[in-house]
Amino acid sequence: MNGTDVKPSVAPGLRLGGVSFVWRPWLVLVTLLLAAVTFLVFCLSIGVGDFPIGLPRVLATILGRGEQVDEFVIMDLRMPRALAGVVVGIALGVSGAITQSVARNPLASPDILGITGGAGATAVFLVTASGGTAAAIVDSVGVSAAALVGGLGTGLLVYFLAWRRGIDGFRLILIGISVSAVTEAITTWLLATADIRDVARSQAWLVGSLDNRSWSEVQVALWGTLVLLAVVACVSFQFKPMHLGDDVAAGLGVRHSAVRAALLLCAVLLAGVAVSAAGPVPFVALVAPQAAMRLTRSPTPPIPASGVVGALLLTGSDLLARTALPVGLPVGVVTAAIGGPFLVHLLVRANRR
Amino acid sequence: MLVAILVAAGMVSLAVGARELSPGEVWHGLFAAPDSDRRLTEIRLIVQTVRVPRTVLAIVAGIALGVGGALFQGYTRNPIADTGLLGVNSGASFAVVSAIAVFGFSRPFQYVWFAFLGAAVAGVVVFGLASIGRGAGNPLTLALAGQGVTVFLAAMTTAVALSDQKSLNALRFWNAGSVAGIGFDVIWPVTAFIAVGLVLALTTLPTVNLLNLGEDVARGLGVNIALSRTVGIAAVTLLAGAATAACGPIAFLGLMVAHVARYLTGPDYRWLVPYAGLLGAVVLLVCDIVGRLVVRPGELDAGVLVALLGAPFFAGLVWLGKFKNA
Repeated sequence: MNGTDVKPSVAPGLRLGGVSFVWRPWLVLVTLLLAAVTFLVFCLSIGVGDFPIGLPRVLATILGRGEQVDEFVIMDLRMPRALAGVVVGIALGVSGAITQSVARNPLASPDILGITGGAGATAVFLVTASGGTAAAIVDSVGVSAAALVGGLGTGLLVYFLAWRRGIDGFRLILIGISVSAVTEAITTWLLATADIRDVARSQAWLVGSLDNRSWSEVQVALWGTLVLLAVVACVSFQFKPMHLGDDVAAGLGVRHSAVRAALLLCAVLLAGVAVSAAGPVPFVALVAPQAAMRLTRSPTPPIPASGVVGALLLTGSDLLARTALPVGLPVGVVTAAIGGPFLVHLLVRANRR
Repeated sequence: MLVAILVAAGMVSLAVGARELSPGEVWHGLFAAPDSDRRLTEIRLIVQTVRVPRTVLAIVAGIALGVGGALFQGYTRNPIADTGLLGVNSGASFAVVSAIAVFGFSRPFQYVWFAFLGAAVAGVVVFGLASIGRGAGNPLTLALAGQGVTVFLAAMTTAVALSDQKSLNALRFWNAGSVAGIGFDVIWPVTAFIAVGLVLALTTLPTVNLLNLGEDVARGLGVNIALSRTVGIAAVTLLAGAATAACGPIAFLGLMVAHVARYLTGPDYRWLVPYAGLLGAVVLLVCDIVGRLVVRPGELDAGVLVALLGAPFFAGLVWLGKFKNA
């Protein structure tokens, strides 16, 4: 809500065919500004590395007018990683915004819907299992894709277990936590029985990393995210009233169980795409919507801004992980270091209210 | 009744394992004098150095986690409180892995103190977060807080473990939550801590009953709320920290037995808490025994089994609507 508005209820509307929007200049301005900053960090992140490239040359290359050396380094080596950061960040941010809105709790994140745990357990199983079917699966589809399937399967399981005459945010979260605990137990056991080299490999997978992304992986994530964002955009205008509670939403003409199911499915799929591309990067989905809410002064998590903040957060954290930290630590460690204190801040605020 | 089950489970625990022993052999292994017969010496060795320590530890840690869980629920007036769910375990994990990486420890009795420290710090932080202001009554906030703290600490643990392979190796075994392979050099000090925690816990039980009437009523009846909360935090931290330090993270046990105990005894914490302790010991011991049997000749760690058992139990409680949204 714009602080200078005296009467927010008469904010000017914008009507396009059958759909109308409330025109919030501040929201649009902040979102565009954040997008610009994200692009800057994105370019910086491409420029940094063993072979540093200045910002003007990065820009020239992206626009297709660079030198050949730069073109190779940027387009073939660094672009997949940087792009993966942006795409995964957007997917996580949007997914988090949806989850928090559906659960009507600022602390909810898609991590607890079981996707992360299921994907992690599947990946660890495939990495540590030697020979047989597991090796065949890894050869044919790759660990990421199999982990995606595992994550989505777990997400669906949580959804069905939580179903009892409709979905309730409270039950969904608690069921999600208990299912996550089971997958964690399985992961722990797999790690305890596995070979130490496999353990190190899967550990890197378990915290989320952007290392060694290839174009093919990024393309899958990119298209998946774009399609899902389109779906979310189509459904989301029915979304705002749902913050007011089921009864009010129904009264305003929202078919709340159908909309909620569609949105939750989108959130699960977005998180699944993100996890398959970068592993379970912690806290981005939790922090991005809340940060976006504060920056845009919006009463509910704004979906586009959450996506942009997610991208900024992930790209920035990756830049930080590569430049500031001594050893090659994965980006998940940085996002956790940012997210942990933020979580405490949220909790203290929530409790003070 | 519960005591009888516990004794029976203890006997079974002594006999079952990679090498089966008959009751007579167990008896011999426990009480016979050292003699020259090689077979009997071997049995003595198995019983006294392997089976007895792990059985004792399972009972002690089970009691500690059961009482700790029930007490935690009583103090936070929150049916979802469980030391494992709320980050105490991951605090201990983080402390252990850091200690191994920094000081190069290799034996459990060296890093057990760091586990204790980590559990205590994480416990106090989460308990504090959970009881500031009016958020204390909301199970959801508490659960999400615990989950967040767990994820944060897990990522930090991974960061340390990735840069130091030795600590990664130690961590993954410790992390599974096992009562095996711990000697009496660890068990005695841990038991001492647990005993202190139990005494503290038992002295506060009548106060917990009053606190559950609501803070204002309790104050009106002459309860010093700040003091009793402090004692409660101390007791829970001692119990959970010591148990976690010895066995590694075991989640859901406290939560599960506290609910079963409430079903058996009703809401009076003077009965509920001791019942939860005994139930905790039985469940942990049985899980340990089952874990030895299901994947022979290997073992499934008790902590993993408890989680596999406890999580569906928890989900069932959720489904039945046992946790009311405050």
